[in-house]
Amino acid sequence: MASTPAQRLWQRRLALTLLLAPALLWLFALIVVPHIDLALLSFRARSAPRHYQPSLNQYRTFFTEPLYWHIFVRTALLSAAATALTLVIAFPIAWVITKVAQGRASALLFVVCLIPFWVSETVRALGWLILLRESGVLPALLVKLGITAVPVELLYHDATILTGLVYTSLLFMVVPLVSSLESLDNSLIEAAYDLGANGFAILRDIVIPHAAPGITAGCIVVFMLTLGNYLTPNLLGGKNSQWFTELIYTQFIVRFNWEQGAAFGFLLLALSTSMVALGLRLSGQRFVDVMRRS
Amino acid sequence: MTLPDLEVDSLVKRFADHSAVDDLSFTVERGSFFSILGPSGCGKTTLLRMIAGFIAPDRGDIRIGGRSMQAVAPNRRPVNMVFQQLALFPMMSVGENVAFGLARRGMGKEERGRRAAAMLERVSLAGAAHKRVDELSGGQRQRVAIARSLVLEPTLLLLDEPLGALDLKLREHMKIELKQLQAAFGTTFVYITHDQSEALVLSDHVAVMNRGRFEQRGTPQDLYYQPATAFVAGFVGANNRIAGRVVSSLGETAEVATAQGWHVHARKSGAVALGAAVEAFVRPEIAVLERDAALLPREHPHHAGAVQSLLFDGANSAVLLTEEVSRFEFRVALPQTGRFADLKVGERIFFSFDPARAICFAAGDAAPT
Repeated sequence: MASTPAQRLWQRRLALTLLLAPALLWLFALIVVPHIDLALLSFRARSAPRHYQPSLNQYRTFFTEPLYWHIFVRTALLSAAATALTLVIAFPIAWVITKVAQGRASALLFVVCLIPFWVSETVRALGWLILLRESGVLPALLVKLGITAVPVELLYHDATILTGLVYTSLLFMVVPLVSSLESLDNSLIEAAYDLGANGFAILRDIVIPHAAPGITAGCIVVFMLTLGNYLTPNLLGGKNSQWFTELIYTQFIVRFNWEQGAAFGFLLLALSTSMVALGLRLSGQRFVDVMRRS
Repeated sequence: MTLPDLEVDSLVKRFADHSAVDDLSFTVERGSFFSILGPSGCGKTTLLRMIAGFIAPDRGDIRIGGRSMQAVAPNRRPVNMVFQQLALFPMMSVGENVAFGLARRGMGKEERGRRAAAMLERVSLAGAAHKRVDELSGGQRQRVAIARSLVLEPTLLLLDEPLGALDLKLREHMKIELKQLQAAFGTTFVYITHDQSEALVLSDHVAVMNRGRFEQRGTPQDLYYQPATAFVAGFVGANNRIAGRVVSSLGETAEVATAQGWHVHARKSGAVALGAAVEAFVRPEIAVLERDAALLPREHPHHAGAVQSLLFDGANSAVLLTEEVSRFEFRVALPQTGRFADLKVGERIFFSFDPARAICFAAGDAAPT
């Protein structure tokens, strides 16, 4: 039986709806609904058992308590530092994979970057513990080489947290960088060289402008992952880590103060959103373009 | 007598298993348009990249404007290159593309903007400085690529098959434009191509390259009318290639018999001994057709054949004949007068050619396809 154009259009729409349904359902049920609930939670205070009223108490607490402020800013700054460090380390790696290594060597290097991610983040963090703790491998090596007289504790420093975060995030920076550098035509580099540019000018005028969407995408992903990371700062920084996600955990699980935890959660969301917006504004790019091109 | 702009001296470049450039020496005069013509894989790109400085030669020297280029990096050579895919910078405007090299020389923003605009005007792109590269047509991009190089006033401009990516119509047009640009600027152009028509139309001098060596250097007319080797005869222009053995020799001319017993006469090039295997080359346009054999020039040997197919191509129309004795496929250009426009497939026809204008070489030379 032949179908009319109107029927065919209707069929196509139905097919599209059905195909999108799982994704939309997932988005709505697991992301939109909980966030609305958390938002409501963060704006109420308990006046009596089972009795609540709208309130800004939770947010007021955040702004009046210097410790919360301190941890919030510290988390943002350390995350930004970890992102910058990851970029600086990942860029040469991506460059070697795309422009220096050929064929099999290039694929092999990429796999080498990938292999650590076959192991869970917990196990990797525990690996760092074995290496860095006072009775661990690296302090013992330092003593043996005569650099330190006694084993030093390498855990629980900010540098340790940064190291762990960079290590955890590296792949998420390398992948978008590789894909954006792969599309860079080598003859553009040669043409710039031929026209008198040195290595620095080529990097500044040709490579970075071309790779900008990849750089931005990598930075956004790494920054968000770092900001929201709980495990690595907690394991490698111990009690000194003072990571904002730990505050949220404490409010929800230890204090059972869901209202405060929800407010903290929204503050973290606001922080990551505004930092990403700021980054895009500074690099003069649009979010949609970055996500499409990387 | 001015110094040549480019001197290449015993240049050698070997890759793992073959010589890409095999002991090559030549000079290019100031202000001339020099083309290197050869099939893909003949080493012409390697040669060009060595002149530009992207590849280091194994041996030999390159002198540009009298100065040796050994240990001079590409960004310090008085040479600029127009790339095959043009390699315009998509992240910059047209004006910024043209001013890029000037900026690298530390020229002020205002001055380089002025010079870029003036250069764009000279290549008939006035006012295009603020456009994006992808807003331009193929031919305009070509001109930007050339302007970007010429604004630096290089001693030598290298062009790596820059017309290869264009469609036929535009390619014909750009050929003329390139020749006019070169004449207007007076810069020495070194142009590599595998397209013999580009090389013949554009150049003052052409070198035909094969297996890392020059087979012949000369004016386009020399290459066409006086090919030095079988390779050149086969590669430059259309030619009927007839393989056979020398059965008799009379002064300059040899009589060549094919394995099927067809006899043709051609001028000897180099040492061609009696009984030796040779290849004779007869250009389609030197042969004349007649329906009546008596009307053919009396002093030239006559041949007969049947029309196999008509190849109509406007002014380049030709007819493919099957020679009677040998079944050899022989191409003859049709006269412009349209006299044989009514030829039918299968029709018997007579042809002859001046043996002095055909040429034969001892066989064994590399044969291009």
